[in-house]
Amino acid sequence: MKYVLSWLGGTITGALLFLMVLYYNPLANTLSVSPLAVYGQPLIDLEYSTVPSETIAYTNNGKSRIQPYPDKVAELWEPTVRKTIVLVTLLTDSSGQPKGLGVKFASESERTSLLKAEALVDSAWHVFLPESGSLFIDQTENMWSYARNIIVPARWSSADSWRGTWYGITTAGPTALGTAKVAGGTGRFADLSSEAVEAISARAYSAQQGPVSATGSLTIAAVEPVADH
Amino acid sequence: MFKSFIIGILSGVILTACLLYFFPAVDQHREASLTSVQANGGNTESFHANLPDDRIVAGGAGKEVIPASLVWPAAPVLGDTQAELFKIRNRNDVVVGVASRISGTGTATGSVVEWTLHLPARGTLYANLQPLPDEAGYRSGRLRAGTREFASMTGTFTERFQAGGQQREAPEPEGRIELLTALTGKAEGGE
Repeated sequence: MKYVLSWLGGTITGALLFLMVLYYNPLANTLSVSPLAVYGQPLIDLEYSTVPSETIAYTNNGKSRIQPYPDKVAELWEPTVRKTIVLVTLLTDSSGQPKGLGVKFASESERTSLLKAEALVDSAWHVFLPESGSLFIDQTENMWSYARNIIVPARWSSADSWRGTWYGITTAGPTALGTAKVAGGTGRFADLSSEAVEAISARAYSAQQGPVSATGSLTIAAVEPVADH
Repeated sequence: MFKSFIIGILSGVILTACLLYFFPAVDQHREASLTSVQANGGNTESFHANLPDDRIVAGGAGKEVIPASLVWPAAPVLGDTQAELFKIRNRNDVVVGVASRISGTGTATGSVVEWTLHLPARGTLYANLQPLPDEAGYRSGRLRAGTREFASMTGTFTERFQAGGQQREAPEPEGRIELLTALTGKAEGGE
């Protein structure tokens, strides 16, 4: 009997050790330098707030700690969409000037692999910039680093919150360089095929409400110069 | 006993690794794809949104907003831009995804009507439509991009609003938006 108990104790210890190695794996950190930094083409920078109450609308399945916004917005409770969030937001340039509208769809990805430190999200942006054009961004995001560095510490904290400075590129594909695919729709972006990356700059997170102070940014490589950005 | 403990540790590591490898962390609920085969080898698939129940968000400058508590940004650059979000249903009236419809007039774009359909278990479709509907009320366009299941597809996308027979007490008419995709695989070496 004592051998069985000893084996069981070892099994639990081994499982915990393995999970700790996965969680603290230093090789699993998010990129902080954009692959587009060496792109050699004009870049369009767009920013938005990731705080739900600072968006136009945000919805999810209604069971999450992060509550849909505004009040009475329909929730995505149906089985096919309950692992999806949708965000409608004003997009600004880096100086805060409004440039257009963005809709982001993000669904938990079935390719998520905790063994590889990949908490993947299949996301898509529908962007309309009246002075430039419209475009679509297809990307796979890896939220592992965001979760490990912000969400988990906020939940472990006695204050139920996290404060600090964290910047990370969440885009992890689908291109071989780990960038998102961009397809232009109208205006100057008509027939554009390019790449983009999305990043999050976080300063405060509440375990009860979600992001308190955080900015998302989209950097899009433009094939031809876009004068007013 | 110490040997049992060491063997236990190894067992724990192996069991946890197997558990994480073989059991998916995420399993999206799937509905069967209800497609009809076309003569050219492609397929058509219809989706719809029942109004007003499936409208999640509607907003635009000077327009009625949904939900009523929504605050549309007072940004002149948006002009007459309107954004709507819908739950999208398949032919069996089951919700299979969410969609955005953006319309407006831009200085660089002229009039724009676009749809993005996001089907979590399958992929996303992005389509540009003609700004004006034809005499039968159909507004058609082309699929500009697709992801995952739709990544290698090309084809057309059609929208039509069909008013319902009854008026509800709600300030908008009961009806539905019908969306029809006609897609084929891209030719080798094509776009």
